[in-house]
Amino acid sequence: MIAIIDYRAGNLTSVERAVRYLGYPVCITHNHQEIAAADRIIFPGVGAAGKAMADLRELGLDQVIRQAFVDGKPILGICLGTQIIFSMSEEDSYTRCLGLLPGVVKRFPDPLLDEGRRLKIPHMGWNQVLFAEHPVFAGLGAESEYYFVHSYYPEVPEEARDLIVGTTCYGITFTSAVALDNLVAVQFHPEKSGAAGLVILDNFCRWSPAC
Amino acid sequence: MLSKRIIPCLDVREGKTTKGIKFKNNVDIGDPVEMARFYYEQGADELVFYDITASSDKRDIMIDVVRRTAEAIFIPFSVGGGIRTVDDMRAVLLAGAEKISVNSAAVKNPAIIADGAKAFGSQCIVLGMDVKKEEASQKIPSGYEIVINGGRTFMGIDALWWAREAERLGAGEICLNSIDADGTKHGYEMTLTKMICEAVSIPVIASGGAGTPEHIRAVLDEAGADAALIASMTHFGTYTVQGIKEYIHDRGIKTRMAW
Repeated sequence: MIAIIDYRAGNLTSVERAVRYLGYPVCITHNHQEIAAADRIIFPGVGAAGKAMADLRELGLDQVIRQAFVDGKPILGICLGTQIIFSMSEEDSYTRCLGLLPGVVKRFPDPLLDEGRRLKIPHMGWNQVLFAEHPVFAGLGAESEYYFVHSYYPEVPEEARDLIVGTTCYGITFTSAVALDNLVAVQFHPEKSGAAGLVILDNFCRWSPAC
Repeated sequence: MLSKRIIPCLDVREGKTTKGIKFKNNVDIGDPVEMARFYYEQGADELVFYDITASSDKRDIMIDVVRRTAEAIFIPFSVGGGIRTVDDMRAVLLAGAEKISVNSAAVKNPAIIADGAKAFGSQCIVLGMDVKKEEASQKIPSGYEIVINGGRTFMGIDALWWAREAERLGAGEICLNSIDADGTKHGYEMTLTKMICEAVSIPVIASGGAGTPEHIRAVLDEAGADAALIASMTHFGTYTVQGIKEYIHDRGIKTRMAW
């Protein structure tokens, strides 16, 4: 069973539909036992970091996610879920996050410029990702694009740059995918990224981290 | 860099598309879910359903269409038409749409933009604007006025002002439809589109008037639109989404070419 963590952070049904479409058993849950019993975990989210962290703590899910990470269970972070895996987010006047990975989530600089042209924030729409080698990102074409909706991005410190497994250009080059042991996390929405996104979800659902 | 989006628009009445697509085998199919799947496989970057169901007691049919579509396609899609309250928005989003679009309801009650953005986030809220050109005046300084009821009712609101106001209220995107260009197949209203694109910092989807891939290239490149809405161009098999994308890609516009 794949557990999609429910912490009131936006509409989780699109992730559920995509995983179900691929033929895997999946549930949306905030029940600690159910999450502990699941084979793998998807940690999605749409919204703001402050409220997300408050809701996670209130539901006791911060500890559940930490435990799953320590236990070596495969975890996939998506969008806001990815951001709050880091130590801190600038959003909501600095929010302390889960700290599974080192780094601070920052807002895109404003103005964000590309050859003198001002780019729109949020970064919303289809963009490319330059992936490093990782089983969850295997079999993707270099031309494939992924659907993003975000105003913040994780900044990984220099000494931890080996965590970065995907980067995207939007005025700046930012980290759009990270991985550590049994954890992999993306800034875009694989569930809304057409066939390429489904490949990533399918890879994750079959992935056995070597750790 | 972000890709420019090609967005087919499907009109749905009581759960059926009003115009079927001519598939390769020339069979018209009126099921919106099948049409959505067809466009998904063709490389559409996003889809828009416009619900023109007249009677409110049949609105649940659209919710069912949204739910079945969400199970069949894995790209964002939005739903517009008949959405008047935050509860209407919630029903459509929970059924699986990524965005909802408000048009005349927002003209009559602008607070719905702010309420929707607060409840679901700006990225969910698209403002649809129907616009008609007229003589610039003190009341309508830009020379473009907001209309509703398919262009029959003039609202005395300047389109440029309304676009900025909608952004201020929290709209995440604008779908800009020129009533003058709509249905002509002579191209998008370039002056209007350029003016609105320069005035706001949220994405603008150009709508109304597309007849050829060159019209799409022009509105994305010269007018600066972030996306182009298309309907009859592809519904009747004259062009395909893939063909349009190849055309604009060959002329230097970044668009998603692998799906």
